[in-house]
This record gives sequence, C-alpha cells and structure tokens, in this order.
Amino acid sequence: MEFFRIKKDIPFMSYGRYTTSISLITFVLSVFFLASKGLNFGVDFTGGTVLEVHYSQTADLSKVRDNLSNIGLHDALVQNFGSSSDVLIQVPLKQNKVGAHLSEQVLSVLREQDAGVELRRVEFVGPQVGKDLVENGALALLLVSLGIVSYLWMRFEWKFGLAAIIANLHDVVIILGFFAFFQWEFSLSVLAAVLAVLGYSVNESVVVFDRIRENFRKMRKTEVHEVIDNAITRTMSRTIITHGCTQMMVTSMLFLGGETLHYFALALTIGIMFSIYSSVLVASPLLMMFGVSREDFIKPEKTEAEEVLP
Amino acid sequence: MNRYPLWKYLIIAVAIVLGTVYALPNLYGEAPAVQVLPLRANLKADVALMTRVEDALKAAQINPDILSMDATSVKARFKDTDTQLKAKDVIKAALGEDYVVALNLLPRSPQWLSDLNAFPMYLGLDLRGGVHFLMQVDMKGALNKALESASGDFRTTLREKRIPYSGVSRDASLVTVKFRDADARSKGEAELTQRFGGLEFSTQEDGANYLLHARLKPTEEKRIKDTAVQQNLVTLRNRVNELGVAEPVIQQQGEDRIVVQLPGVQDTARAKDILGRTATLEVRLVDETHQVGAGSVAPFGTDMFKDRDGGYILVKKSVLLTGERISDAQPGFDSRNNEPAVHLNLDAVGARKFKIATRENVGKRMAIILFEKGKGEVVTAPVIREEIGGGRVQITGKMTTEEAKDVSLLLRSGALAAPMEIIEERTVGPSLGADNIKRGFDSTKIGFIAISIFMIAYYLMFGGISVVALTVNLLLLVALLSMLQATLTLPGMAAIALTLGMAIDSNVLINERIREELRNGVPPQGAIFSGYEHAFATILDSNITTLIAGIALFMFGSGPIRGFAVVLCLGILTSMFSSVLVSRAVVNIIYGSKARLNKVAIG
Repeated sequence: MEFFRIKKDIPFMSYGRYTTSISLITFVLSVFFLASKGLNFGVDFTGGTVLEVHYSQTADLSKVRDNLSNIGLHDALVQNFGSSSDVLIQVPLKQNKVGAHLSEQVLSVLREQDAGVELRRVEFVGPQVGKDLVENGALALLLVSLGIVSYLWMRFEWKFGLAAIIANLHDVVIILGFFAFFQWEFSLSVLAAVLAVLGYSVNESVVVFDRIRENFRKMRKTEVHEVIDNAITRTMSRTIITHGCTQMMVTSMLFLGGETLHYFALALTIGIMFSIYSSVLVASPLLMMFGVSREDFIKPEKTEAEEVLP
Repeated sequence: MNRYPLWKYLIIAVAIVLGTVYALPNLYGEAPAVQVLPLRANLKADVALMTRVEDALKAAQINPDILSMDATSVKARFKDTDTQLKAKDVIKAALGEDYVVALNLLPRSPQWLSDLNAFPMYLGLDLRGGVHFLMQVDMKGALNKALESASGDFRTTLREKRIPYSGVSRDASLVTVKFRDADARSKGEAELTQRFGGLEFSTQEDGANYLLHARLKPTEEKRIKDTAVQQNLVTLRNRVNELGVAEPVIQQQGEDRIVVQLPGVQDTARAKDILGRTATLEVRLVDETHQVGAGSVAPFGTDMFKDRDGGYILVKKSVLLTGERISDAQPGFDSRNNEPAVHLNLDAVGARKFKIATRENVGKRMAIILFEKGKGEVVTAPVIREEIGGGRVQITGKMTTEEAKDVSLLLRSGALAAPMEIIEERTVGPSLGADNIKRGFDSTKIGFIAISIFMIAYYLMFGGISVVALTVNLLLLVALLSMLQATLTLPGMAAIALTLGMAIDSNVLINERIREELRNGVPPQGAIFSGYEHAFATILDSNITTLIAGIALFMFGSGPIRGFAVVLCLGILTSMFSSVLVSRAVVNIIYGSKARLNKVAIG
C-alpha cells in the first residue's frame, strides 16, 4: 500500500507567499481572540474549588443550585459532567470565605438532600498557587524555546533554529487561539500538551531540515528553492503517516480518556494538525527568507596562506 | 552487511528478559491489606508482633492470604475490602494506641517476583484515590513571634540588670527600647548585644529620648524560617500517624511549603481537621484583679479568652512561654492521689524561663492558651503551687482520663512553630481512581491496536517488525517505571500513550527511507542498510528536541505535569532503543543471512 507516489517535486516554495499570509491571518486572529476573549483558565490557575459528585440516579441540578444558594454560594457553577448522574460544582475563589473547608460544607449540604451522593473529586487551589503556576508555565515555555533554538543552531545553523522555533511558536499561539475562541478550559494538563506539542512538532521541521542539508550536499547544481521543494516532497509521505499514527493514539484518548484527558487530547490534535502545516509551509519559506544557502553547510575550501617562519 | 555481532543480540535479549520480569507484577494487580507500624522507637516490627496480629485475626476467624513482615512493619493481605476493614478494626482493638494500623494495597504477584524487588508501578493519588494537600507555613507569623518574645526578654534582662528604661515597643520588624539618657542606653546596648546574638542593634535620638532599635539579623531570620518549616514537618508527621495512613508523603516544597499526600484516605474532613489544626500555644498569667463576663471589654494590658467550659478568663498580655518550648506532653496520673494528669516536658530554655516564672508567681494561676486561626482558647488554667524547676511540669485538676488525653494531644500538636494554611487540595475518590486507570488503559490499548493494524497493512513485513519494536518499547517503559517506582498519574498514562504514538515516527522514517532507496534501484540488502543509516541522524535530532521539552516540563512542572514529564522522557529513551536497535535486530534475523535477497515485503 502506498498513499503518496509523487513523481515530480511539488513547488511548495512558489506558494510561499500564500501560505505565509494564511499563517499570518490565523496567527493574527488567534492573537485577537486571545486578547479580546482571553483564555478560560481552569481552577489550577485561577484558584477556587471544584467538586465532582456522583448520584445514583439522574441528578436534580436546580435543587443542587438552590441548596448551594442557601449556604451563600450564589455564583457556584453547577453542571453535568460526562453523564446525567455526575455533577460538577465550581466555586470561584472570591466567594469562598473558608478556604479548604468549603468542600465539606458543600458535601454536607448535598448529603442532606440525597444521602447516596458520592464524592468523586475535590480540587481546591488557593490564590498563591495559581500565580506560581502561571509563572512556571511561562518559564517552561521560554526554556523549551531557548533549548530547541540552541540545539538546532548547534546541529544545523542559526537560520534553522530560528525558522523552526517561529513556526512552532506559531502553532502554540494558534492552539491558544482555539482555546480562547471556544472558551475551552485551559488547565495544567493542557499546558503540558502545549509544551509537548512544541517539542513534538519541532521533529517535523527537523526531518525536513535534515533532508535540506542532505540535498545541499547531493544536488550540487540546483537552485535553493528546488532543493527545499525536493526535501519537502520526499518527506511528505513520512510526515502524513507519522502524524496519522500519533493522531490515532490521540484520537483514542480524546474519546476514551474521559473528561480529564479530553482537552489534553484536543490541544494535541490541534497542535498536530498545525505542526504539519507549519513545518512544511511556514518553517521552510522562513528559511528561504533568512537566506539559507549551500555555503552554510559546505565550507568553501580555504586556501591556506603560506606561513612566514623566522 | 545486515548482521549484528552476537553481543548486540545478547544486550537486546537481556533487556527483553529483564523487561518482562519487571513488567510482570503489573499483570497481577494489587490486593487490599492492613499494615501495622509501631509508633514508638522502642517498639519493633518483629516476630512477636506478627504473632500478636495473627492471634488477633485467628480469634476473629479472619484468614489473611499472606502475613509478612519487613524492617518497619507487619503486613497482612486479604481477599477483599470487607475483610480488610474488619481485620483493621480487630487488629486495632488488639494492639491499642502504640501502633498505627493502616489500610494499604499489596501486590498480588508471587513471592519470587517480590524477592527480585519487582513490584507493580506506583500509582499516584489520581489513580488510587487519596488526598493531596499543599500547606503554606506563615513565615511572617514565625518572625513576629520571635520578635515578640525578644521584646519580652528585653524587659526582663534590663530589669534584672537594673538598667533604667522608659519603654519597649514593637512594630512589624523592629523592637525599640526607649532610654532617658545616653549612659543607660550604652549600658543596655552592651548587655543586650551580649545576650541576643541573633539581633542587630542601632541607635537613634528622638528629642529627649535615646532609642535603641533591634532587628533580626538575616542569618537569624533564615534560621527561624528553617526551623519553623522543620518543626511543622515533624508535627505534621505525628499528626498523620494519628490518621493511620500506610504510605504518607510529607515533604518540604520550596522555601515555605509542605506537601502532604495521604493515599487511600477518604475521610477528608477528618484529615483536614487533624492536619489543619494550625494551632500555637502560649502560657500566660491569669489576671485575677478584674472580674469579667460575656460582653465586657478586657482592661488595658490583658486579653480575654474563652475557656473550655464556655466561661471567660482574663490573662495578662506578656507571654511566659510559647509552645515551641514544650517538647512533649503525655496523659498520665498524679503519683500522689492517682488523679488524671498531663505531664509536660520543657526544653532547656523553657525550663529556665518556667522556673523563674513559677518562683515569682506561687499561688497565682497560669493559663495555657491554644491559638487556632488567630482565636485563642484557654485549654487549662491551673494554680501554681510551688517553684517548678527541671522542666517537668504536671497539670492536674478536675480532669477525666479522656480529657487528660485530649489536652495532651492538643498541647503536643499545638507545639507548631508557625501557623499553616492549606492552599491546595486535590482529593480523588476510589471509584474515580479506578475509572481513571480504566480510561488510561483503554485509550492506550485502542490506540495501540489501531496503529498496529495500520502499520502492518501499509508496510507489510516491515510494518510487523515496527509493531514488534513498539511492543518491546511498551514493555521496557512499563518495566522501567516499575523498577524506578516512579509515581504513575493519569497524565503519566497519557504520556505512555503519546510516546507510543510518537515512537512509531522512527520506524516510519526508516521504512520510508528503505522504500525510497528501493525505488532508486538499490538492491534490498543495501536499501535496508542505508535506510537505517540515514534515518538514524534524523531520529536522534527529533527525539532530542522532544527530550528538551520533557526536561523543561520536569523542572518547572508541579504534581501532575511532573508525572507526565517523567514518563515522556523515559519513553523517549526506550523508544530510541527499541525502534532503532530492536527493529534492526529483527530485520537482521529475518533478512540478514540471505545472501541473495531479491525482494522484501515493504508494500
């Protein structure tokens, strides 16, 4: 079986202008939604209390809401979680006067209503913790970016490192843009997925770059854009199949992993889709823009000057 | 060309055998058990203890599956949770208060595996159920208290040395002593500098007043902070023992935070109650010159607190002794009249202070006040009968045995250096834990099957070889995680799935490369050889970039993220081994020995 039997190289580089402008538009849109709507940060970052409870039959949400109002929690968000008998209760930090003891209060109120209610999960995050997490997350993002740039610089050339990291940070911004637009909950595990995508999608650029380097050595008489076109075309089959396989795993998590892994898998899915696009159609045009040339790899032979010895 | 030397095959064989042995315990799962740990240093987990446990169980007609013993505890494994719970009550009743009787899980795997130190993966709280707390130690409170006690000591010292001063005052970080003349101040400064090594002094003139400022030296501040955290750690450990938890984790995190993890604990309210008793103790004199009742205002220089019977007691503001001077508190009986009593042990400094305080105040009452969340309550207010030296204090009077036990527990756990607050809680019920395991397992299984089917359909024989490599990868990863006993969380399970999905990349790279070489007319043996050679550099590069991300996640991530990062990094290492070495070895075995190879099945 073979999906891609491409005889001639596809002239990707001549589409460069279109693809980079598409990228630019998605990027600007993402930034716009990030700025206007902002991320819907989960309790990990904002602080607050989340309770997940399980009833033996269908839960009466309005009754739960009434009960919570009675103990002064008017802003508590009550919704079904996964099934009609599972309920998720979110209480923002500013309403919470008793800190970590809120969950007991809520639970005892719910028990009065229905003794069979079962506690599945409690998360309480104080205000100090969330701030640290945001800082550490940003630091991790910075460190990953720097690490990747310097590695690629070492292995290839600074142009490659820069092109790859711009292409992949663009993926990260787009993932965040999606989360802002749909107001999906941005939790710690989503952050982990975003950083994993950053490491993973760089793979993509690395594979293409490796080919470009190899081609520069082999194809002595060809233009730079032809070299890149050939590299992309030759690696395309591998790109699609690899991502297809990873996506099979991620899809399986998306549907079977339960609520906790759902957004994690969602972030990975978006990341995988865009990393195919960006490594082929963003990183390589950028590389051209930075003026990559054969001389970056094949050092012109130096004619040694004669030494004058005393 | 496509042959491996014998040693390479041997390495691979050894890795696979070891991997199988260490991954094996995970198939057996875990069974409910009861663990008995001695609470005191003089009690040991020995054969005698095991016999006692055995006898107690026999008397109640409970048969444990296995009764075993290790260096620190005796463990009994049971068929189901019901028997486990019943057994816990039976053992607790038989052994009394000196032992922690805790619920735990023990591997169901056969003995020979345990002898090899092969245990199942260590499941995190989100998979086995339990409570995670992050507690913040209030450092300001600790420093405040140090200054407060210093300002009290200033007064005593100056009075003792008969150095005239007109007042001692204190604000956030400064104690100020007022003198009337420069001479008294220089005498006072000399005396105080000599006595209080942890403070630095400076002078200032303010009109007619000669001021002496004292603040904590930075080194002293650090020492106070360190001891505050250390003391809180110890206190928390003692309190957790009360809860009867098998494998609690109590660790310092950062400068001023403590992580407490209690696997298997379901009664979070009680756990929080016992841990969250952010109590501190103070001993002060009772003011008996004024009469007070509910609603009246405490006169100047005194504070009003409730006592345990609901009445009110006035106490003086100056603190005789703080809780950190109490090293132990035990319930017991008065040796003269056999009345229930509480025995306190004070440390050296506390003993000296207490001796002076009691000598000066014979016949008066002192109050022991417990502060919880800024609210004080008088635990007991006994009369001082005589001067008490030596640091051994006995409190008696109108107490039942039960109350004596209560008070001593309060005093003991009240000896916290600085208040603490829970700033993060994560509780996972057992049913959700089991669900999480199932979800993580199912999604990995389905994803794995889907990838396998696709790879075999697309690359035929070479697809099959890739699947073998992927299976070895999974085996080695699970074995490595079991060997290291790294904590496996739900994000960790997601990382297993993700690394498997990503590991296939290496094989796809290799297979595509071989196809390409074949298409360029290279004979099969050569194509296989250069396929592996060319792909290796790329595989290395792309794995290292992912590894960089994994390491950064590990360094900056907390809790669940860290679990994800550990598995991600380990998964990259095992996948490099299996997708390059193992798959090549299989290829070599199948094709390497054929001198004339005209065709390979790669689709």
